[in-house]
Amino acid sequence: MSEQQMIHLTINHIPVEVPKGTKIMQAAQKLGIDIPHLCYHPDQRIKAHCRLCSVEVTGKRRLLAACSTECWEGMDVHTDTQIVRDTQVSILQLMLANHNKDCLSCPRNQNCDLQRLCSRFNILQSPLPSVVKKTKRIQTNPSIVRDPSKCIRCGRCIRACKDVQGIAALTYAHRSSDIVVTTAYNKPMEDTDCVLCGQCSLVCPTGAIVEKDDTQRVLDVLQDPSKHVVVQVAPAVRVALGDAFGMEPGTIATGQMVTALKLLGFDKVFDTNFGADLTIMEESAEFVERLTKGGVLPMMTSCSPGWVNYMEKHYGDYRQHLSSAKSPMQMFGAIAKTYYPEQAGIDVHNIVTVSIMPCTAKKYECTRPEMGRDGMQDVDIVLTTRELIKLIKYVGLEFGNLPESDFDSPLGESTGAGAIFGTTGGVMEAALRTAYEKVTGKTLQKLDFDDVRGFKGIKETTVNLNGRDVHIAVAHTLKNARIIMEQIKKGTCKYDFIEIMACPGGCIGGGGQPIGTTNAIKQKRMEAIYQIDRDKPIRKSHENPEILKLYKDFLGEPLSEKAHELLHTDYHKVPKEYVFD
Amino acid sequence: MKNRPAFLTKNFGKYDPSSISSYMRIGGFDALRKAVNMDGEDIASLIAENKVKGRGGAEYDMGRKWSQARKVVGENKVVICNADEGETTTFKDRELIQNDPFNLIEAMIIAGWAVGATDGYIYMRAEYACLRPLLLNAIRQARSYGFLGQHILGKDFCYDIHLYSGAGAYVCGEGTALIRSIEGKAGRPRMKPPFIKVSGVFARPTCLQNVESLSLVPHLLLDDDKEYQSYGVGDSVGTKMISVGGNVNHPGAFEIPFGTTVRDIIYNLAGGVQGDRPIRLIQFGGASGKVAGPEILDTPYTYQDLRAAGVMVGSGALCVVDDRTSVINFLRINQEFFSDESCGQCTPCREGNHHIQIILDKIKEGTATREDIDIMKTIARVMSMSSLCGLGETAQNSLKSAMEVFPEVFTVGGANA
Repeated sequence: MSEQQMIHLTINHIPVEVPKGTKIMQAAQKLGIDIPHLCYHPDQRIKAHCRLCSVEVTGKRRLLAACSTECWEGMDVHTDTQIVRDTQVSILQLMLANHNKDCLSCPRNQNCDLQRLCSRFNILQSPLPSVVKKTKRIQTNPSIVRDPSKCIRCGRCIRACKDVQGIAALTYAHRSSDIVVTTAYNKPMEDTDCVLCGQCSLVCPTGAIVEKDDTQRVLDVLQDPSKHVVVQVAPAVRVALGDAFGMEPGTIATGQMVTALKLLGFDKVFDTNFGADLTIMEESAEFVERLTKGGVLPMMTSCSPGWVNYMEKHYGDYRQHLSSAKSPMQMFGAIAKTYYPEQAGIDVHNIVTVSIMPCTAKKYECTRPEMGRDGMQDVDIVLTTRELIKLIKYVGLEFGNLPESDFDSPLGESTGAGAIFGTTGGVMEAALRTAYEKVTGKTLQKLDFDDVRGFKGIKETTVNLNGRDVHIAVAHTLKNARIIMEQIKKGTCKYDFIEIMACPGGCIGGGGQPIGTTNAIKQKRMEAIYQIDRDKPIRKSHENPEILKLYKDFLGEPLSEKAHELLHTDYHKVPKEYVFD
Repeated sequence: MKNRPAFLTKNFGKYDPSSISSYMRIGGFDALRKAVNMDGEDIASLIAENKVKGRGGAEYDMGRKWSQARKVVGENKVVICNADEGETTTFKDRELIQNDPFNLIEAMIIAGWAVGATDGYIYMRAEYACLRPLLLNAIRQARSYGFLGQHILGKDFCYDIHLYSGAGAYVCGEGTALIRSIEGKAGRPRMKPPFIKVSGVFARPTCLQNVESLSLVPHLLLDDDKEYQSYGVGDSVGTKMISVGGNVNHPGAFEIPFGTTVRDIIYNLAGGVQGDRPIRLIQFGGASGKVAGPEILDTPYTYQDLRAAGVMVGSGALCVVDDRTSVINFLRINQEFFSDESCGQCTPCREGNHHIQIILDKIKEGTATREDIDIMKTIARVMSMSSLCGLGETAQNSLKSAMEVFPEVFTVGGANA
């Protein structure tokens, strides 16, 4: 193998050596120089739209964008000359003049790239008149809120929607100063191809696309003495929450998180991982039944509500491939509103169930009419990781210094199998651990299914169950889901069981995770998730004693009538003929 | 004006533009026949010898461009003829298409042969819809005569031409926006690299040329007497198509030898200024071009002399503005054009045009402050220096040049100067 060609250049007279192909921005980073940028995102195709990263290169008539310009041998870059500074300040002033500057009441206050850069460049006042168009906040669905008056047209959301998810619900419309990021015919997002995954809200540098804020609802119920408020926390939250409190990415903050939730005033702090173990019981039983009794194959997981929305909107005729098992959050909700009040002796009407999820689509999922009974929702309020961060800051907890505590019983006990639901491949691995032992009656020797781990878009493996080779696939992002759905459509799909997660990396990269989530950070979260699994004394869902007790006392067995009533659901085809009047 | 040459326009009126046989009777496709027996590199050298600069406005050495296009490694190369001609007061390409469509078709086939392309696209502005039937007919006839299609003139050369019309956006004259438009995408420029020559339309290596640049090639191939080189001055060799409009008596497109004075162009070719009024300013090269005052009249029209006088050849347009229009009114109208035509992707161009328009209005009303004028200057500079594409880079050329030529207008309360 030939050695990588190295390029030598100077930045602000400092020599630096970088591999061929390196862009000016990364070369500068190597020297500790942060060239300002807004449209640039490390996980996205380069756009070079905002021009904030313009730098001077000796011999060039014009400034060059540091995000898009490759270094060349002998290049002489200057990042702090008069024209560069004038350009940076002017561009920020131009952006500000077309930005709704209600920063103090903005959901992204103190967590906004534009605000941070204006502070860095000491933009004390903009000499330009405001040209921002008066627009209303668009809050028409339970998940995502858009505020076009805060959009700086950087295009990050468009790239996330199109390049990551393959959906393109958001796009540019019009031109010049009329250009906007919008949906087809300005329809509300839920009336377009959007599946509410929230990846747009995760990459937006300002407050133009945010999760719908439900923190006040939670604060209100916590203050209501008549309510018994229980909270469940998804597996991917505990490895992401610490990011916002100065912890190293990938820190496992389960203990502090539980303490924080108790200090917030939740009556019981339970674990969605328990719901995940329950999901595995039902889903693996369903798969074994489909496999042995000739049901619809491939069976596809149904934990990811963004993915379920995608199936219903884009491949509604194939919805019978989805497992009828509810997501862990909704299974947990069903148990929390039936079994739990019975056990605890609390009137179900006084129970409020809150979920902390890495996900914006979960906010929609809990409102689905199937997800409740007798006019009650099983899960009352869903908060994203970002909203939990806000609540922790609200009550003034020093998160990093909190002591650790354990989840409450009985819905707090979980296994390593439940923990790995937080990453792509985890649901499948957990299901295989259980399905294998159930079908073969043998003890699984190696619990790690390495083939389904990692960030590859579509992962495959084969597992032999009693002489039959079962073909497995695991996909994350809806762009990859589409590849598999097209195979199913064409009849060329060779898989029997498929896990799909809507978000890149699975829930660790969910649309409700902390701002600043990147692929590099997701890698650390994934490692943390597998660490949690390794550290668990029990790593198979069907060995969770609380789960076994739940079946013994209440549900009977997987796929029982009671289980079907509470833990399974059905799906609907959403018509694609959108009305654009 | 004596000895007005007809080199590029020599076929005008000599044949029926709807008939290939009529074109062939005056020697049509002789250049192609000659070309297919030449090496592409020699064709590029011939163009380079004649010092032809691309006529789209960037003044890039055309022979060098073809030579580079040949050397790009890649399958299914493409030649694109940029007939978007969106600059204001610019209509020389229309004259070439209208009067000599077969010459353009022949030129594109020669270009295809020279650079090793399999497809040619003519990207024509939406407003030239009236020329579509003429070009489609020319393409169809060329195909039926075997000048397009498989094994052209018995050579291992397969090539076809496609006509594509834009939807009316000025920015689609910019190479990458034009390419996106052909691909069926919104016509908005993209960053470079990748450069068009390596990854252009449908990610194929692409050689993009203006109508006039291409139209020269068949004539150069048959120019054994080196007539072309007998025209012009210094490095501005040969002739040039220009279009003259504004407050002149006889607006039109003309072929001139390089070196003709601006005065000659306006007062002889274009019949002088309406009502013999004094000239306030002349804008060279369309809306993105710079302006000069009447002191430019005796400057010879060459690349070098115009540049020295503070303007550029650009699209080849001259817009003559007499004293009925104030400098500031002219700039406002020019600014309205860019405020409308910016694609809106990049910050400096999208927001900058908008704010400069606001400040120009204040100057016009007499309410602009010194600070406003300074801000305008800064924004104009930032736009030129940092915009994503050539539109943002050049949108303030007129303003920046006017601030130098007419400084009195940009003093507080000086709008009516």
